[in-house]
Amino acid sequence: MESARVRHQQYVRGQFRLTDVVETYLARIETQKYLNAFIQVYADEARERARELDERRAKGESLGALAGLVIAVKDNIVIKDHLTTCASHILDHFVAPYHATVVEKILQADGVIIGKTNLDEFAMGSSTENSYFGAVRNPVDPERVPGGSSGGSAVAVAAGMADLALGSDTGGSIRQPAAFCGVVGLKPTYGRVSRYGLVAYASSLDQIGPFGHTVEDVALLTRVIAGPDPRDSTTVPVEVPDYLKALNQSPLDLTIGIPREYYQEGLDPNIREAIQSVVDRLRKAGFTIRELHLPLTDYAIAAYYIVATAEASSNLARYDGVRYGYRAPQAEDLQEMYFRTRSEGFGTEVKRRIMLGTYVLSAGYYEAYYKKAQQVRRMIKDEFDAAFREVDVLITPTTPTPAFRLGEKLDDPLQMYLSDIYTVTVNLAGICALNLPIGETPEGLPIGMQLMGGMFRESDLFRLGHFIEKQLVGPVH
Amino acid sequence: MAITIEQVEHIARLAKLEFTEEEKQRISRELSRILEYVEKLNELDTSRVEPLSHTTEMTNVMRPDTVTGSLPLAAVLNNAPSRQGNFFKVPKVVK
Repeated sequence: MESARVRHQQYVRGQFRLTDVVETYLARIETQKYLNAFIQVYADEARERARELDERRAKGESLGALAGLVIAVKDNIVIKDHLTTCASHILDHFVAPYHATVVEKILQADGVIIGKTNLDEFAMGSSTENSYFGAVRNPVDPERVPGGSSGGSAVAVAAGMADLALGSDTGGSIRQPAAFCGVVGLKPTYGRVSRYGLVAYASSLDQIGPFGHTVEDVALLTRVIAGPDPRDSTTVPVEVPDYLKALNQSPLDLTIGIPREYYQEGLDPNIREAIQSVVDRLRKAGFTIRELHLPLTDYAIAAYYIVATAEASSNLARYDGVRYGYRAPQAEDLQEMYFRTRSEGFGTEVKRRIMLGTYVLSAGYYEAYYKKAQQVRRMIKDEFDAAFREVDVLITPTTPTPAFRLGEKLDDPLQMYLSDIYTVTVNLAGICALNLPIGETPEGLPIGMQLMGGMFRESDLFRLGHFIEKQLVGPVH
Repeated sequence: MAITIEQVEHIARLAKLEFTEEEKQRISRELSRILEYVEKLNELDTSRVEPLSHTTEMTNVMRPDTVTGSLPLAAVLNNAPSRQGNFFKVPKVVK
C-alpha cells in the first residue's frame, strides 16, 4: 500500500484522477462486504466530490492538504444531513443537523469522505462484535476480530477501502484495532482534537484520532484535525506543530523508557520478542534507553471501568425516545415509554455498562467506587508525569495478545475488559500514544508496539515512529 | 461484593431499564464479578489524594458573550419520533 502522503503529492502533480480512485475503493468495499466494515457508503456523493476536485485541479486551483485522499469516518462522528447510528438500534433514523468539527476540517482540506464505519455500540467494546449491524471481521484472518471499538475504521484502511480513517479512543479503541489489523493509529492528547460532534461515551477519556498506513499519514491527518475549538471548551489553546516537518528531524535526542510492568505475565511471547528486537536495534542505533517502573499499571483497568461506566451512564441518559431515535411503540404513559425505549433500544454490553455506572454513582457507593477511582486516576497521572520527567517516550506492547477469535471473549466481559490492559492507562492520564505495526506472529497476525508520549508531545511519537518504520522495521504490508 | 437481585432491580429502576428474570440473574453474576475485581483499588491508600476528574484541569474557560446562530427549528424537529406543530409529543405524563 502506498502512503497517503505520497498519494496526495501524486494527485497534486496530476498522476491520477480521483474519480478513478473513488471507483476502485467503491469496488473494494463491494467485494469485501463480508468484512462488514461500513455501516453506510456515500457512493454518489464521493463520486460527485471527486469530479469537482478533478475539475478544480484541471483549472489549476490550489488544493487542500487532503486532496486526492479517500477517508472513512467512524459512525459515532456526525456528518450534517446523514444518519449517525453509533451501531445502536436506539439511534434509528437519526439524521445529524450539523457537522462535527473534525468533519468540517476534513472537507475544508479537500478530503473525500466515502462512508461511515462500523463500531461496537456507542464505542463500548474491544472487538467490534457488539454492533447492531453485526460483527466486523479482520481482513488478515476473517475468523478473528479486528479489535474495537473502531474496528470498521481499522479494517477500512487495512483492506484498502480508504486511505485514511477517523476513530475514537476512550480506552484503546483506536490503538488496539490498529494493532490487530496492522495499521498505524494515534490516540491524541486529551484536548488536542475537538470532540464537538463526537457522540459522547466517557467525556473525560474520549478523543478522536486517525488511522493510516504509515506514521506520515497519521501525522498528516492529525495536523488537519487538531487545534482548539470554541465549540469544545475542553480543547486546549496550544499551538499545533507542523508534524510533517517534524518527521525530518532526527529522533536521536529522545530518551526512551521501558516500563517493566508492561512486560509481565500474560504477554504473548511473540509480541515480547518482536518488541525486544526493535528495542535492541534502537540501542544499537545510539538511543538512550532506560528501564523504569509504573507500579500502578495493575490498577488501571479497575479505575478505568469505574470512571468510564459512570460517565457513560450519565451521557446515555439522553436516549429517552423523546427528541430523536427509536421510540418504543404503544406505551401507555411517559414512564413506560422511557423504560421500554431504553430496554429495547440498547444492546447487552451498553446496558451492562449503564448498570455498572449507575451502581458506582448511586447513594452509598459513590465514595467507595467513583471517588476512589478518581483518586487512583490522579495517582496514575502523577506516576506518568514523573516518568516523563526522566524519559521522552515509553515503549510498550499495544495488546497482550494478537487478534483473538470471533466469539472467544463475548461471554466473559471481564476477560474482554482485560484485553485493554496496556491502553487504558493512556486515557486515564490524558497523554498521547501511537500504535506502530512492527511485524507478525508465526501465524501471520499483526504485532503492534505502543509509543506513549507526554501531554501534547505527538511530535515525539511521530519522529520516533517514523524512524522505526523507515530504518528498522520496513513496510509491514 | 455480591450484588443481589433486589439491588439489580433498584439500579435498573434508576437507569430506566427493565430486564427479564433470567437477565437479572446474569447481571447480578456479572456485576458481582466485576465489582470483586475492582475491589483491588482498596489496596491503595488514597486518603491524601484529591480526585481527578479532568486531565487538563482547566477551569472557567471564557469566550466573548456574542450571539451566534443556532440550529433551525425544522432541522431539530425532523428527528422527533412524534411531534405536534413545533413541539415534541410524548405519551401522557400522569396516569
